[in-house]
Amino acid sequence: MQTHARALGGPLFTRAYLVLLGLGAIGIALTIWRFAVGLGASTGLSDGYPLGIWIALDVVTGTALACGGYAVALVVYIFNKGHYHPLVRPAILTSALGYTIAGTSVAIDLGRPWNMWKIPLYFWNWNLNSSLLEVALCIMAYVFVLWIELSPAFLEKFSADGPPRLKAIADRLLPILDKALIWIIALGMLLPTMHQSSLGSLMMLAGPKLHPLWLTGWLPLFFLVTCLAMGYAVVVFETVFSSMAFGRKPEFAMLRNLQKIAAWGGLFFVIIRLADLAVSGNLHYATRLDLYGTMFWIENVLWLLPLAMLAGPRPDLGNLFRGAMVVALAGAVYRFDTYLVAFNPGPGWHYFPSIPEMFISFGLIAIELAIYVAVVKRFPIVASARPTALVGKASATISAHTNSIGILGEKP
Amino acid sequence: MSVHPTVHPTINQQLKRSGSSRRDFITFCGKLMVAAPFGLAITNFVTPEAVAGVVGKARRPSVIWLHMQDCTGCTETLLRTSEPDLAALIFDVISLDYHETVMAASGSDAEAALKDAMAENDGKYVLVVEGSIPTKDNGAYLKIAGRNGIDMLKDVASHAAAVISIGSCASWGGIPSSNVNPTGATGVDSIIKNKPVINLPGCPPNPYVLLATVLEYATTGKVPKLDALGRPKFAYDRLIHDHCPRRAHFDAGRFAAQFGDSGHRQGWCLYKLGCKGPVTHAPCSTRHFNEVVDCWPIGIGAPCVGCTEKDIAFTVPIFKTADVTRAVPPDFYPPIYAEHKGISPAATGIAGLVGGVLAGAGFIASRKMNEGSSDEPKE
Amino acid sequence: MNTDRRAFFKNIAAAAAVTVIPTAAIAREKKTAPADAVGMLYDTTLCIGCKACVVACKEANGMPADTSGYGQGLYDAPSSLNQYTKNVIQLYKDGGETSFAKKQCMHCIDPACVGACMLGALQKGKFGVVSYDVSKCVGCRYCETVCPFNVPKFEWAKKAPKIVKCELCKDRLAEGKEPACTEVCPRKAVIFGRYTDLLDEAHRRLKASPGKYVPKVYGEHELGGTQVLYLSHIDFEKIGFRFQQSESVPHLQQSVTHGVYKGFAGPMALYALLGAVVFRNRGKSEKES
Repeated sequence: MQTHARALGGPLFTRAYLVLLGLGAIGIALTIWRFAVGLGASTGLSDGYPLGIWIALDVVTGTALACGGYAVALVVYIFNKGHYHPLVRPAILTSALGYTIAGTSVAIDLGRPWNMWKIPLYFWNWNLNSSLLEVALCIMAYVFVLWIELSPAFLEKFSADGPPRLKAIADRLLPILDKALIWIIALGMLLPTMHQSSLGSLMMLAGPKLHPLWLTGWLPLFFLVTCLAMGYAVVVFETVFSSMAFGRKPEFAMLRNLQKIAAWGGLFFVIIRLADLAVSGNLHYATRLDLYGTMFWIENVLWLLPLAMLAGPRPDLGNLFRGAMVVALAGAVYRFDTYLVAFNPGPGWHYFPSIPEMFISFGLIAIELAIYVAVVKRFPIVASARPTALVGKASATISAHTNSIGILGEKP
Repeated sequence: MSVHPTVHPTINQQLKRSGSSRRDFITFCGKLMVAAPFGLAITNFVTPEAVAGVVGKARRPSVIWLHMQDCTGCTETLLRTSEPDLAALIFDVISLDYHETVMAASGSDAEAALKDAMAENDGKYVLVVEGSIPTKDNGAYLKIAGRNGIDMLKDVASHAAAVISIGSCASWGGIPSSNVNPTGATGVDSIIKNKPVINLPGCPPNPYVLLATVLEYATTGKVPKLDALGRPKFAYDRLIHDHCPRRAHFDAGRFAAQFGDSGHRQGWCLYKLGCKGPVTHAPCSTRHFNEVVDCWPIGIGAPCVGCTEKDIAFTVPIFKTADVTRAVPPDFYPPIYAEHKGISPAATGIAGLVGGVLAGAGFIASRKMNEGSSDEPKE
Repeated sequence: MNTDRRAFFKNIAAAAAVTVIPTAAIAREKKTAPADAVGMLYDTTLCIGCKACVVACKEANGMPADTSGYGQGLYDAPSSLNQYTKNVIQLYKDGGETSFAKKQCMHCIDPACVGACMLGALQKGKFGVVSYDVSKCVGCRYCETVCPFNVPKFEWAKKAPKIVKCELCKDRLAEGKEPACTEVCPRKAVIFGRYTDLLDEAHRRLKASPGKYVPKVYGEHELGGTQVLYLSHIDFEKIGFRFQQSESVPHLQQSVTHGVYKGFAGPMALYALLGAVVFRNRGKSEKES
């Protein structure tokens, strides 16, 4: 049996969905208000803490959680594990939405967002030393790439049963996309490698304001490793959820393998960061029971826990899911610590997001979830049957203009 | 006052005639220099002798002084000099040809004196007006020698070279013009539009401001530089606050909280008692009254009521604190590390709640998943 | 299927090998003050806390008074540098030990803010002054985050907010005048001059009165060097200079980034590698099918 990606169908406006829409509406209303009153009145930000949760949560943690596409693409296209292929499309959708929401969050956070278009266009002003520039350009490009990678899902549906005009467009575009696919996929792996590590080097520039337990020249690698682990965990997450939504049972072995990668990644991260601290002579900070020492160990425990959970008795689906949650939490805590907790602007400054600030973030996340649910219900994203060991051109059911890597999925 | 010859003597000649000593005159010029430290032509000179040299050669200007709706306080301020010689000097410098309070004549003699003074110095005399002018009901609320005050003013002003409104009443209406204003009291410059009008508000104003203004006119023929409200800049360009002797107390945050408390007794700043110094333009901080040091409201521990300002005096309650429109640094300092806004407990609570709900929901959902698992745990 | 562990290590090793190992860091040269560098020298032993410099700065820059907080509605009393205040006098007081401390932009020789700014709104320009061009600013506040002296401030209250910081009165400098604060100081506690001359003067004072000062010119070496130099009679940490390291803030990040990216060669190489592998794998799966 081949892999089938199919629209999940079903009613869209369930009770839970209306809650999401409600939260989203609140977020939009608050965003309008934020622009009316300015950042000082709407957020808990200050000169001591100029970056807050809109960066630490929505952008830094949000994009890391949106690295499922990147993580699965590595497994499928670099390490050629074809039978994970059905996981690619939903992961790309999550990534596309996650990065788009992150970009929206940046636009809300900026003080002068009307200058944002200068970032990609005014190349003669580019400060090539700036990690933030790298992050901005790379994320802008990556959002673009993700939606292109995802577009076959929409084009397929239009090609199959869309109105004639859309069908014609879809039929014209699909083969073009197919030819360019290799380079788009490769780009879809290059770009996150660059910007996820740059999100680490970004905080290197905080220099002495960043606590020695977090400040290191290896920050780019640490952010990259942790983001990949989080990516695998998120794929486990959404696979379990969407399988349950389909009323089918997810393939446990596949998910366990992904969770294993995440868990071992966590161990690897803890080892290399401890090694780095030992070499740089900063390990003694970890022996203090202050805020920093405590948060450091909380992070390490969270990163080591998933491996322990896999080794323990009753490694079942629920266990996997909980393990994935722990990985996501570990990654979030690491990022929050690097950007907010370990960042010390000096005595007298405090930060906690204000309530409107939080609800704008919640609203954005709710909108992301709402769009995700709508898309998987109406477009062929989620794989509906058990996969075979191979994915490729072999299947006769694949129509003539979809071929090779099979990201396009087949018609039902 | 008898009729003077058409050609007025110079001030030097008058001094000689009246027997005032030259020494007293030079001292007087020195005081003028202090009263008008900035912006008067006569203070371009460096020494009182130099000032005396110029002033002495000036012709004594003829001054006609009208009283309208007044309390005569402005005249009193001119006369309230503690050194009698000085009062005499004042009258040596100007030729006061008509003044209902101090002139000897009365009745029809007084009316004749006014007519004569106007005729002899037509177009040359300085008209000084004291008191507000009622305008309601054709100005019927003030009658002088059978005429309405407003008509008298218009008549005398029409032949004057310049008009000086002395006091707040003549400048903008003063006390009679405060809320309700039953007589429609107003200042001179609302009525006289075709002559230069110089406003010297104050209740009363400092007499040296009048003298400096008159002397400037007498020696240069020009009116001193005026601000937008027609007040001479040399006296009214400063706030009481900016030259107040108690400013150090303001800057250090030492305020008298109640009349008679220890702060008040120690001469601390009267801001909290409603002092309008920060919003009042007047020269009182640097030139006190009656030639006695600290003889001015703040000096005796009474908050300034802003008597020169139309928007403040007799309008804003005396004990209501004023706005400080031009803030400058105080006498205290921020620390090296100042405290900034703290963390809201409500926000922390909500964040905790949301986190807890999500974690709990995830945990509960994970329990339900095992029912759906298709494979054995191990492969 | 037991390739998960292998797959994982292959994943990470491939990524690390090509992109993020910072060992091949191009030795980033230490920056020195430009030839035309000017600066200020502030001597805490001369400052009397008159705040004439605070008032002069506000006037020269057209800044409004800040009467909130400490100001109690009556005074211009900012509690630190902020969106209304480019120059402030703080007081350190501990028992009998006191010192005033003037704070403004340090005009670093290797500024973190300049390294951070995406479109170069903050630049080190003529005379080595770190200046701000609002037309290139998106209001991201990264410069604020990275400055070790917490100098750039953001206009939180405005709808079109800018970054606010001392620019050494660059407009006055262009007219041949000195900055407003140094011009007005009644005791020459803060003076303006060529950077090299000020450094010499600072050392001259240290040598002439050895017991009077902490034997260090703050800003000579600290954080890569700053064009505003400080002499103090008490520890520099007490007057708010938290960091004493000599390495500039951008040094670590830029060494790593330059080493990894090697211009654009690193990413291009990785892209080629990824593309080749994807191509090869696709070919493989086509063959197998």
